[in-house]
Amino acid sequence: MTPASSAKAPFQNKLLPLMLLLPQLLITLVFFYWPSVQAVQQSLYIEDPFGLSSEFAGLANFTALFKDARYVDAFLRSLFFSAAVAGISLSLSLLLAVCADRVVRGATAYKTLLLLPYAIAPALAGITWMFVVHPSIGIVGRAFIAMGIEWNYLLNGNQAMGLVIFAAAWKQISYNFIFFLAGLQSIPQSLMEAAAIDGAGPAKRFRDIVFPLLSPTAFFLLVVNIVYAFFETFGVIHAVTSGGPSKSTEILVYKVYSDGVVGLDIGGSAAQSVILMVIVIALTFVQFRYVERKVHY
Amino acid sequence: MVENRPLATFFAHLVLIIGVVIVTFPILFTLLASTYDSSDVASGKVGLLPGGMGLENYWLALTAGARTTAQNPAAQMLLNSAIMAVTIAVGKIIISLLSAYAVVYFRFPGRMLCFWAIFLTLMLPVEVRILPTYKVIADLRMLDSYAGLTIPLIASATATLLFRQFFMTVPPELVEAAKIDGAGPLKFFRDILLPLSVTNIAALFVILFIYGWNQYLWPLLITTSGDMDTVVIGMKKMIGGDDAQTDWGIVMATTVLAMLPPIAVIVIMQRWFVKGLVDQEK
Repeated sequence: MTPASSAKAPFQNKLLPLMLLLPQLLITLVFFYWPSVQAVQQSLYIEDPFGLSSEFAGLANFTALFKDARYVDAFLRSLFFSAAVAGISLSLSLLLAVCADRVVRGATAYKTLLLLPYAIAPALAGITWMFVVHPSIGIVGRAFIAMGIEWNYLLNGNQAMGLVIFAAAWKQISYNFIFFLAGLQSIPQSLMEAAAIDGAGPAKRFRDIVFPLLSPTAFFLLVVNIVYAFFETFGVIHAVTSGGPSKSTEILVYKVYSDGVVGLDIGGSAAQSVILMVIVIALTFVQFRYVERKVHY
Repeated sequence: MVENRPLATFFAHLVLIIGVVIVTFPILFTLLASTYDSSDVASGKVGLLPGGMGLENYWLALTAGARTTAQNPAAQMLLNSAIMAVTIAVGKIIISLLSAYAVVYFRFPGRMLCFWAIFLTLMLPVEVRILPTYKVIADLRMLDSYAGLTIPLIASATATLLFRQFFMTVPPELVEAAKIDGAGPLKFFRDILLPLSVTNIAALFVILFIYGWNQYLWPLLITTSGDMDTVVIGMKKMIGGDDAQTDWGIVMATTVLAMLPPIAVIVIMQRWFVKGLVDQEK
């Protein structure tokens, strides 16, 4: 990840490059680093609800969080949510990519249509699926009720969770599909032909050739999907369930918002922010470790 | 395809057709519902054929907004979204081009520090610093303004990395030739590097436009006044009430209008879009 260091500098100016970097650096300092430092600092203090005084509290905000059953629940729920979103989205996209790699006729039409969810905002992905499964207006929701299922995601926490997981996974299908298809198309045709001549059928070829060659792509996508499910699904949750019914869809990124912006618990919300920060840093680190390996391979 | 297996090809088509139905279903349903009268939508009469209210719903959505919830006309919200998306996309491209140029073509003290400072912002999404960022925007008096909606999102580690990657593949002979011909650094940038970057810029623009259009948490934090609502936020506000009272026809039409621009961008610029997405992760 380091800029090429061996090349001799084409231009000798010392001031000009700093001027060129200035806008970006200014924005990162003011809107990224300064608030992040503040979040870390606030997480170590306890502030009274009126913001009049604050007191150094060490790690008290953090220990309080992990003693709070609601936070631990939200934490475990986020893990489940991310695993479900990533699992569903990755497996559906892989299946679709394998099929799209095989067909010739209509391939472009399939591809264009499968790209559509990428265009939809997470919040709108949630809202449009909500329309579809709405107990009174939705075509699928009404069908569920007609079949005798007690269907109401506004009251039933598991159904609400199912809805947000599905909408979030749906939105990510396009992205995964593009990368899986690109991965599949980069597998040398000669390899597959050789295996076929040796008598390997499609299933065996998939297991022994395609899957191992695709695994770096799959691993990279897994990390991207987990990051997506942890952070970018805020819109789905906020627009569809607002964390409800009775907190059953409250994931970490929603809780940090509702405790901080709605509940105005500065220290507690900051501590939650810091925990999320650690999670992003860990995931980004894993992702770039992998990219480095791909380069050397 | 290695060998001809008609049955496998048939199944591949079957899976793709089911996949396409699932993927397009909520979009199609919303599109169909947007052509029905609100009371028909509320009582679940939306079928697989369009209703007759399409033009009225879209006209009302654009000019008046939902009648039941005091919302803005969609035209204003679409304009806000367009301003936000275009400013963010163009802004990110400009400052990332400049940063990448500085990092690749100059050697100066603090170069690595600058590079890492930009790179590490990848690890600080808005979601992990909500309250303090809000406070900075409030202190700078940027709440409820286009500046507040856009400027803080203009920093871009991924775009900077992408351009840096691309500049490093530009043959060094080009710089040497330009220097021999007497071109200074700014002239080289404008007359040689920029024209070479056009496809990268187009690809990135598609991704960033969609990113800007689809922002949610940021406008939710930064704007409170209704006439600053982006269309995605406005949508959420429209469905916040009692279901039986919701002006569904207008809600559906507004949803379609909210989805249309990013869908159009993806369909029209599909090749660039795929390139932009795949390049970004290299």
